[in-house]
Amino acid sequence: MLLSLAIWVPIAAGLLVLACGDDRKAPLQRTLALVGALGGFLVTLPLWAGFAAHSAGMQFVERLNWIPRFNISYHLGVDGISMLFILLNSFITPLVVIAGWTVIEKRVGQYLGAFLIMSGLLNGVFSALDGMLFYVFFEATLIPMFIIIGVWGGANRVYAAVKFFLYTFFGSVLMLVSLLYLYNKSGGSFEIQDWWRLPLALDVQHWLFFGLLFAFAVKVPMWPVHTWLPDAHVEAPTGGSVVLAAIMLKLGAYGFVRFTLPILPDASRDLAWLMIALSLVAVVYIGLVALVQTDMKKLIAYSSISHMGFVTLGFFIFNSYGVEGALIQMISHGFVSAAMFFCVGVMYDRMHSRNIADYGGVVNTMPKFAALMMLFAMANCGLPATSGFVGEFMVIMGAMRADFWLAFAAATTLIFGAAYTLWMYKRVIFGAVANDRVASLQDLNSRETLVLGALAIAVLCMGIYPAPFTDVMHASVNELLRHVALPKF
Amino acid sequence: MNLLSLIDHIPALPEMLLLLGTCVVLIADLFVKSERRTGSFVAAQVVLLLCVIATLTIQWVSGTSKFVLFNGLFVSDVMANLLKLVAYLAVSVTLVYARQYLLDRNLMRGEFISLLLFALLGMMLMISANSFLTAYLGLELLSLCLYAMVALNRDSAASTEAAMKYFVLGALASGMLLYGMSMIYGATGSLSIPEIARQISTVSNDGTQHAFLVFGLVFVVCGIAFKLGVVPFHMWIPDVYHGAPTAVTLVIGTAPKLAAFAMAIRILGTGLLDLAHDWQQMLVILAVLSMGLGNITAIAQTNLKRMLAYSTIAHMGFMLLGLLSGWVGGNLLNKTDAYAASMFYTVVYVMMSAGSFGMLLFLSQKGFECENLEDLKGLNRRNPWFAFILLILMFSLAGVPPTVGFYAKLAVLSAAVNAGQIWLAVVAVVFSLIGAYYYLRIVKLMYFDEPVDATPVPGHADMRVLLSLNGLALLALGILPELLMELCFVAIKSL
Repeated sequence: MLLSLAIWVPIAAGLLVLACGDDRKAPLQRTLALVGALGGFLVTLPLWAGFAAHSAGMQFVERLNWIPRFNISYHLGVDGISMLFILLNSFITPLVVIAGWTVIEKRVGQYLGAFLIMSGLLNGVFSALDGMLFYVFFEATLIPMFIIIGVWGGANRVYAAVKFFLYTFFGSVLMLVSLLYLYNKSGGSFEIQDWWRLPLALDVQHWLFFGLLFAFAVKVPMWPVHTWLPDAHVEAPTGGSVVLAAIMLKLGAYGFVRFTLPILPDASRDLAWLMIALSLVAVVYIGLVALVQTDMKKLIAYSSISHMGFVTLGFFIFNSYGVEGALIQMISHGFVSAAMFFCVGVMYDRMHSRNIADYGGVVNTMPKFAALMMLFAMANCGLPATSGFVGEFMVIMGAMRADFWLAFAAATTLIFGAAYTLWMYKRVIFGAVANDRVASLQDLNSRETLVLGALAIAVLCMGIYPAPFTDVMHASVNELLRHVALPKF
Repeated sequence: MNLLSLIDHIPALPEMLLLLGTCVVLIADLFVKSERRTGSFVAAQVVLLLCVIATLTIQWVSGTSKFVLFNGLFVSDVMANLLKLVAYLAVSVTLVYARQYLLDRNLMRGEFISLLLFALLGMMLMISANSFLTAYLGLELLSLCLYAMVALNRDSAASTEAAMKYFVLGALASGMLLYGMSMIYGATGSLSIPEIARQISTVSNDGTQHAFLVFGLVFVVCGIAFKLGVVPFHMWIPDVYHGAPTAVTLVIGTAPKLAAFAMAIRILGTGLLDLAHDWQQMLVILAVLSMGLGNITAIAQTNLKRMLAYSTIAHMGFMLLGLLSGWVGGNLLNKTDAYAASMFYTVVYVMMSAGSFGMLLFLSQKGFECENLEDLKGLNRRNPWFAFILLILMFSLAGVPPTVGFYAKLAVLSAAVNAGQIWLAVVAVVFSLIGAYYYLRIVKLMYFDEPVDATPVPGHADMRVLLSLNGLALLALGILPELLMELCFVAIKSL
């Protein structure tokens, strides 16, 4: 019941907001949206409180026959891997609503409605245990995101929205064929857990691996199918960028742990070299690309790709440090990238520029903001005591167990990450006041302080005491690794 | 004819009622003075309602049993009843959507209504055909009505040209179909579909008789392909869709697809099933070409009606995926699922097509045709609700969940994968990706662009309600598709 609430409370609130009418009702719509988002967050809290951490099985399971003709069921459940993402998503949604409170002025109801509906759909993706239900939620999230980028985005928003949609749609239609093949092979079952036990010949596993790889790699995004992300991020409104970076990118990585690794363990081991190579390209090369960006949002977008490279790297070294580190990195990146995009949003709302060159000396006029952004920049470089450190450190430990040079290459991210983040921070925040517009900046208002403060607490808590996060995933990750180690044919 | 044999003919009651009703409407219309033709419009809706009641009663009484009437010319089974019900609904909705458009253009004449009802009669005959003869007669009745309706606006050169093209090509296709049928008649000595099936099953796979049958089959497939409008027999579709008044395009683009599907199932899926090895390969080519050409060419269109025409071609190619997946190397286990998937696809497509053309009619006004892409610019500003309905329609056509268009694609793709045609499924999804672009473009125009003319959209209450229901039905069926899927399955099982 809890998972259904996590999905349908935000969607119902979103529909209610949409039903309110046009912009004359904007204050009412904002309040309603906030209530809906907070309600959505509150119903997910018992998930963590009531979670049995020692169990690797699915919890809070719900199962209803949905389309008996195809044996598709409304089957929900979470394990230690997926539970945290539902919380993360439900935590980010109210922040997005608050952050857009005064910034979005036209078509407020549609904006908020789209976000709430998307939030519910994303919870659906993370809790679906039926392959087709997963696919339906996975695809349905494209519609609100497409609208959000296209309507409230920047100058080149149409190009970005269409590119975003077609890229991800391309990946997912190939996944659809793979899912149908699995359905056929398993004798008519869409249950993901049935597929885990399904024996598959090695060559079939290879084909399916690539079928699923497109869908997930585009979403992550992995090099070389990452090019939609900088465009989408740059053009999307702040809230859109936040949800995109914090949640949507996790769908792809989540797909790897939920589908690719357990269903196709042999192909995953066979092709691990490819995945590791692509991940390292993302970590190193995209890190260098981030260094030369002049647009702050683009820089953070590339930094996201680089960080997500760490996640895929962690998955494909097949040890518990790697996988858990990758999952932690996903959660942490959810907080940190959201915070970074909020920070850029704060400056953009005042200056209407994302160009690093237009800034300088912001610390003189916005000291509170500069302090908070400092924390997030440090977390982005992986400084100890911030959440960014935990995941990266665990993945590097895992990589060290696999191969020294792998760990060495991965660890360069600590240098590049620090370089591009801190250099940007230095150019924007420090130095002399660059121009009159910077001189007239106002520091954070209470709403912005609330949003960034909440994220700062999350980043610090996770960095200082990550055990609550890792404890819930131990059992599930170990079970996953045991499963991946066994040949399937 | 005594009373007992009259009772035997009750399964054909809907057709009789419709014929009678149409004749009444035809004559009564002469006495209707009003320019608005309200009397004829209401009478036609009443006739349709009576047909619905008759069909439902027959279905309720007969259950899954099937009745063959008129010396084996006519069959009444679940599939026929279901398709007829959808056809009534489509025609009834068409009348509502088309009314204001036709009134604004002085085209709301009695002819439109009676031709539409006669066309429906033709479709019903095709749907219930148990013999090549009935199928052909139904097809001709339908086609002749459509030719005349395309030319309804006789002062328009484009309409007349479209009607001419449609007529010439349609006559050619009918000729081919008839030629193929005569070949098969020559080889089997019968026109009755079950009898032909029985005869073919005794023919060896390599004799002269088999060659003769395949020769006939090629022509029959051409005829059916023309009616469905799949490549390379699609030439008429864009011109006719574009040239005809939008109200008539709505007629052509909806219910006749059901009849063409029924004809394909009856002739290929029942009568010539033992030749499936031969026609399956033809359908593979037709399907791939249609999905490819339809989706790619649609991108280049700036006219909405032409774009939807190419989209029809692509969708019919998709529908064929189900038809051709029924037969797997001599094994028919997959047949019911595959044909049911095709049927589901067709029914869903008719709903989407009715909604899309209905929207064009809704946005057109007196002296203004909504038919170019830019006419949709900024619709979200002008009327957010109908922009949302069109959004659902477009995502449904593109096959994005949670709209029912996705489940239609899912069903046929699943049939293709189950039949081992994985490469075909991959080709299909890649083309559907290409297709997604032009549906997205419409969403883009509505939501991302500023309106050229910011006046709110007028439109009549009945149409507003019906169009909203049409769009919401796609969403509702997308969330709960089971009922319609199950109905299609039961219908195909009863064959």
